[in-house]
Amino acid sequence: MQTRHKSMKAFGENLALANEQLKIINHQGDLPHFDDKYELVGEGRLKATEIEIFQINLGKMCNQVCKHCHVDAGPDRKEIMTKETMQDCLDILSAHDIPTVDLTGGAPEMNPNFKWFVDEVKKLDLHIIVRSNLTILETNGFEDYAEFMANHKVEIVSSLPYYKKSFTDKQRGDGVFDKSIAAMKKLNALGYGKEDAELKFHLVYNPVGAYLPPSQLELEQDYKRELKNNFDIDFNNLYTITNMPISRFLDYLIQSGNYDSYMQKLVDSFNPVAASNVMCRFTISVGWDGQLYDCDFNQMLELNMDHGAPNHIRNFNINSIENRRIVTGQHCYGCTAGAGSSCGGATA
Amino acid sequence: MDTYYNPKDLLKFGEIGEGAPELWKKFSEWYGAVFKAGALSEREKALIALAVAHAVQCPYCIDAFTEASLEKGADLEQMTEAVHVASAIRGGASLVHGVQMKNVNEKLTM
Repeated sequence: MQTRHKSMKAFGENLALANEQLKIINHQGDLPHFDDKYELVGEGRLKATEIEIFQINLGKMCNQVCKHCHVDAGPDRKEIMTKETMQDCLDILSAHDIPTVDLTGGAPEMNPNFKWFVDEVKKLDLHIIVRSNLTILETNGFEDYAEFMANHKVEIVSSLPYYKKSFTDKQRGDGVFDKSIAAMKKLNALGYGKEDAELKFHLVYNPVGAYLPPSQLELEQDYKRELKNNFDIDFNNLYTITNMPISRFLDYLIQSGNYDSYMQKLVDSFNPVAASNVMCRFTISVGWDGQLYDCDFNQMLELNMDHGAPNHIRNFNINSIENRRIVTGQHCYGCTAGAGSSCGGATA
Repeated sequence: MDTYYNPKDLLKFGEIGEGAPELWKKFSEWYGAVFKAGALSEREKALIALAVAHAVQCPYCIDAFTEASLEKGADLEQMTEAVHVASAIRGGASLVHGVQMKNVNEKLTM
């Protein structure tokens, strides 16, 4: 698959459009509908519980153009959350008891109001997670962001699809592995990633292709051994996640002729235990423009919250959001396959 | 053009059970048990299986165990080394029989 330098949207590709993706994903053929499969969990339709994580997508701009990106993020994307929408988020967070704020993107650091927002969230005494791609911390104009996050006790979660350059650069672009190593050394020097340290730094593995992730625990041991021995790098936990059949990964599946077999694999690997712990049950996703979704994947498919829940942050109502029915589709099999997948890794 | 091997046939493996269901059931149970982690990890077993698949040249097994090895956390470098292990054994197996050739040569020649 060719290296990208811009998003699918920049080239006017069909799969940049959410409805074109949905036409493919929801053409289920012989595959059972996700809702019917979910019945195996024994709890009826998939429903949320209380909100524990308020995940905010600060924008689709990114300094990387990863091949598998479900956001179709890139340097050409101009969708950035405004300060006004960020203030709307702060107003909700100060009025409700939601303990964790999870900042994602694109590269969340590229939002011009990123530091201001982290400052304001910290004033509310909430826990902050930032999903950093690491290379941004080694980019001109962002060199002090690692120290900033350390000073604000931000928990950092970063993708590193393998502990070697070969797989990492293949998926995330030439030079990403080396820059990631440099960024990780910087984070370690600031106190991140040490055992029992207050500053938590986690890595995320995702398969560099059309297959399911390995055992999270076993792979974490490999990562710790190899990164320590080869680079003297420490981190806290490894999360393994499954690639979702949407956006650029969907494009890859179709171009490589793997779509049908991958969907079949996801369905055949449905795990009721993983399914009962899916992250949409306790996480809500806020889009760059304030629209509300059950998860980041639904956000990219433009599937707003529904079933009585508001679709925009200005209409936020905790009573209609907690315990709401989740909007599902065939892509949901990505989170329920095998050991399960979430922003916090395996769920089974 | 027709070929002997069709990748889609791998998905039909279970149909072998039609002719002898009890034997297939025993095979399946044993096969599943073999690949569970034991003294060796699941990844080690997948890589061994991949190597053996190359030694016996089974395209179905090569297909299945390349995917299995990836799903157990292996990469191209590890899988290639496994293929070399198989190749070294196959090559070595031929070469070591050269000892027999030398034995016969010694008997027949002055």
